[in-house]
Amino acid sequence: MSIDLKTIKHISKLSRISVDEKKAEKLAGDLNSIFNFIEKLNELNTDNVEPLTSVAETTLKFRSDEVKNQNIREQIIKNSPEDNEDFFVVPKVVE
Amino acid sequence: MTKENSEYLIERYDNVYEVVIGLEVHAQVTSNSKLFSSSSTKFGAEPNTQVSLVDAAFPGMLPVINEFCVKQAIKTGIGLRAQINKRSVFDRKNYFYADLPQGYQISQFKYPIVGEGKVVLDMPSGQKEVGIERLHLEQDAGKSIHDIDPQNTLVDLNRSGVALMEIVSKPDLRSPDEVSAYIKKLRSIMRYLGTCDGNMQEGSLRADVNVSVRLKDSKELGTRCEIKNVNSIKFMQMAIDYEANRQVDLIEEGKSIDQETRLFDTKKNETRSMRSKEDAHDYRYFPDPDLLPLEVTDEFIDNLKKDIPELPDDKKKRFIDEFKVSPYEATILVSDIDTAKYFEEVVAKMGKNKDIKLAVNWITGELFAVLNNKNLEISQSPISAKNLAKLVNLIKNGTISGKIAKTIFELMMDGDKDPQIIVEEKGLKQESDPKALEALIDKIINDNREKAIEYKNGKEKLFGFFVGQAMKVSGGKANPQLINEILKKKL
Amino acid sequence: MSDITSQTLTSLVKNIKEKKLSSEEVTKAFVDRSEKSKELNAYITEDFSNAIDKAKKFDEKPNLDLKLPGIPMAVKDLFCTKDIRTTAGSKILENFVPTYESTVTENIWNEGGILLGKLNCDEFAMGSSNETSFYGNVQNPIDKGLVPGGSSGGSAAAVSGQLTPITIGTDTGGSIRQPASFTGTVGLKPTYGSCSRYGIVAFASSLDQAGPMTQNVEDCALLQEVISTYDNKDSTSIDFKRAQYSKDLTKDIKGKKIGIPKEYRVEGMPKEIEDLWKKGIEYAKDCGAEIIDISLPNTSYALPTYYIVAPAEASSNLARYDGVKYGFRAKGENLIDMYEKTRSEGFGAEVQRRIMIGTYVLSSGYYDAYYLKAQKVRKLIKNDFDEAYKKVDAILTPSTPSSAFKIGEKKNDPVSMYLNDIFTVPVNLAGLPAISIPAGHDAAGYPLGLQIIGKAFQEQEILNLAYAMEDKINFKNKITDWWIK
Repeated sequence: MSIDLKTIKHISKLSRISVDEKKAEKLAGDLNSIFNFIEKLNELNTDNVEPLTSVAETTLKFRSDEVKNQNIREQIIKNSPEDNEDFFVVPKVVE
Repeated sequence: MTKENSEYLIERYDNVYEVVIGLEVHAQVTSNSKLFSSSSTKFGAEPNTQVSLVDAAFPGMLPVINEFCVKQAIKTGIGLRAQINKRSVFDRKNYFYADLPQGYQISQFKYPIVGEGKVVLDMPSGQKEVGIERLHLEQDAGKSIHDIDPQNTLVDLNRSGVALMEIVSKPDLRSPDEVSAYIKKLRSIMRYLGTCDGNMQEGSLRADVNVSVRLKDSKELGTRCEIKNVNSIKFMQMAIDYEANRQVDLIEEGKSIDQETRLFDTKKNETRSMRSKEDAHDYRYFPDPDLLPLEVTDEFIDNLKKDIPELPDDKKKRFIDEFKVSPYEATILVSDIDTAKYFEEVVAKMGKNKDIKLAVNWITGELFAVLNNKNLEISQSPISAKNLAKLVNLIKNGTISGKIAKTIFELMMDGDKDPQIIVEEKGLKQESDPKALEALIDKIINDNREKAIEYKNGKEKLFGFFVGQAMKVSGGKANPQLINEILKKKL
Repeated sequence: MSDITSQTLTSLVKNIKEKKLSSEEVTKAFVDRSEKSKELNAYITEDFSNAIDKAKKFDEKPNLDLKLPGIPMAVKDLFCTKDIRTTAGSKILENFVPTYESTVTENIWNEGGILLGKLNCDEFAMGSSNETSFYGNVQNPIDKGLVPGGSSGGSAAAVSGQLTPITIGTDTGGSIRQPASFTGTVGLKPTYGSCSRYGIVAFASSLDQAGPMTQNVEDCALLQEVISTYDNKDSTSIDFKRAQYSKDLTKDIKGKKIGIPKEYRVEGMPKEIEDLWKKGIEYAKDCGAEIIDISLPNTSYALPTYYIVAPAEASSNLARYDGVKYGFRAKGENLIDMYEKTRSEGFGAEVQRRIMIGTYVLSSGYYDAYYLKAQKVRKLIKNDFDEAYKKVDAILTPSTPSSAFKIGEKKNDPVSMYLNDIFTVPVNLAGLPAISIPAGHDAAGYPLGLQIIGKAFQEQEILNLAYAMEDKINFKNKITDWWIK
């Protein structure tokens, strides 16, 4: 299994992390050695095994339909990088 | 485009195409708080005032599920005569957008809470069954506002995390009219159940429309395009019409259709491709590790079944059987739960000797006209069911004529006045004493001898003149039926 | 009283309760030592003057019924602490100040604890040597130029160097136990679901657990008692009856069955580790335990499984760091450009690597072959433990395949770094509790640890076993204070 530059570029787009040629090459190298190591799993036959999603041996607990959180807009916006009291502000999407 | 037996087909030279439509409806769940957080879901609040730390995806925040939203989804499933899945899983749908604070939406991919079901539509050509593929719960996103700041997009997260039910139909729809009927039916069912208010202007109900075309007798499906986020029935119909023709044109030109996502431009009335990159749609679904599988028991589901009210299809049957309304009228009366309630209240208040047909006419005629004009819902009707019932009774027992009733109806609108009181105050009681009417008519005939002779000699149109005179002289209060009878006798 | 900072938690609590020490004295002592220990670089954020104020306030009206009365402590910078900067060791949260508190730290403050500051860690808990932190490396107090382990490197160094009497860390693949082993201290990873994850910066949701890091087992038991509670704000929190860990702590482990898994004897294992393990077995026997050979057949698949599952979950958990709501934001020409620059500049290399791995293994066409496969293997690994626990009460293994290595030694070889977690990772995959206790030294004099793995929710069992063995081992950590100015 080989991870090529094209794949690196594709994944970086999906994960919204920019890569230049140099970085992409390094990543390809790193990921390839990591994946060689991961390939070991192919030795196992898991055809009749159920996947495990959670080790928490319990069922999903319900919450009641009460409104608890009041207006905490100040807290919510406090940490935002742009200076606007009412909204989060981001650069426009190119449509 | 021709309509053959109300079929929606597109013709080009020798080829006849049919349109295959599937809908993914997003319905906001009626609940006090959001799906995975305790923030309010009220519409119209100031921006970012109904946002919790969980909604804004702060570090370390975790989802906790709202039991009521689960119940609402199951109830909707029951209303869709669908399979309820006792075990379902929440998955993360991963993508980046400014109004998606977590960078993923919590949804259900492989194991939704509701499976296959069906909805029956009343079309002019007969009943049509539309299959439901599934219904699942998911989070709504926030709102991106592009037109306040020219440089930037503003983000309001109030809507982020509100519970949505995504209802996926099978590709069974074949025309814009069927789509309209389907949306209305879904809306109606959910309003009956109280699981979604179906208010499209407020965004409670939106749909993604999947459209493809194929030659009429083909069994294979063509390539489909998805038109996203259409928020009115009218736009859905226009979008389908445009898109179907666009696709047919491409095929006729020998071109292939790209499977893509499109938007409906409401200014130009056309669909256009969303300029997003091809790889933008690898959502990398995987089960959300912050949540465990959702499990509900038979008991849980049965308790919900007990709470289900009489649904439109059953109510329609009962109206036909019990009240003897026509299927057409029944369909109109049950289409909205508030209309059905109003109607039943009118019938109840009419007491004995009720004229249901008359009541139906007044509701679907005069009342609907007023509501339409004033842009009101029937729940905001200026005339209560109680008083409308009274009015209908007054007509039925001959106290007033139908014509006078219209006048009274207008007067009733001002503060929901009791019609009986109006009749008495304005002295609008119908004159139905045969002796008095005979005397009145005798006088009219006497005063118009020439016309009377003309009528007897064959000028039948003059009958209307005499009726008109009788009405004029009596101030509109003469009983029209009696007038007719007496005139016929005397002329 | 001299040497406040070399006292154990238990001793400090006793002295405060008996009014032999005030909270102010204790707090000042740790602040003083911390201030002299900048070379260790254990702290990212100091809150010393506030700590002293709180200590003074405590002394005005001391509540001596609390479990941590006026006890100062620093915590790993992965726990959100209200009004105190929380960075997760990353640039992307460099100026992030939470307006909320994590449940685990809330529990500590409610029992009288006082925050000294936030401790250094690998960025977003991804690392085994504290070398991926944006805030610089941490020095192991054992010797200059040595890594303290990771990701809770700052925590382990702080406890080992006595800058704080106790601390809490988080463990996703070994991040409490491995640094504990490297620094000669005790670290417990509780059963998954035992401690609430609410307010902890998430790395891998199905694996993360907070846990105590202390100088001895007795302190560990007390701290575990404080932090382990059911929390309805965390859907994976489990509502089980928690024992009174410190009250029920005992050295009597006669008749307990301890399993020795043969698959943990890995190829190329250093002789010192092998010897340590043998010695541990002897100590256990001395305490009256019965030793039973067991098999955990799928052990060798644990690391590859972990390096699929953890990055996958992390890639999704870290999507929220997009510069929109909080944290670092780079200037971008448009939204996507802003995202890409923010995340490339805000995240370090290891984090970016793991996000890429995670995104890849979840991506279309690869999900079945990687992620789904890994979750199936995870089931097999859990089954192995379930089977073993039909025969034994606990399992004894080494904590790490070596002692602490030099700073920079493994930095350029990710796989070699990942192998550090070989003994600890299976435990997280199975959601079990495990404790690392210092058990010996290697030829260079560096500490080595032994790991005791327990059944789910049986923290008391492994605390007791550890308590008994600790006594027999009589480990002395050789701290020379080489870094003190």
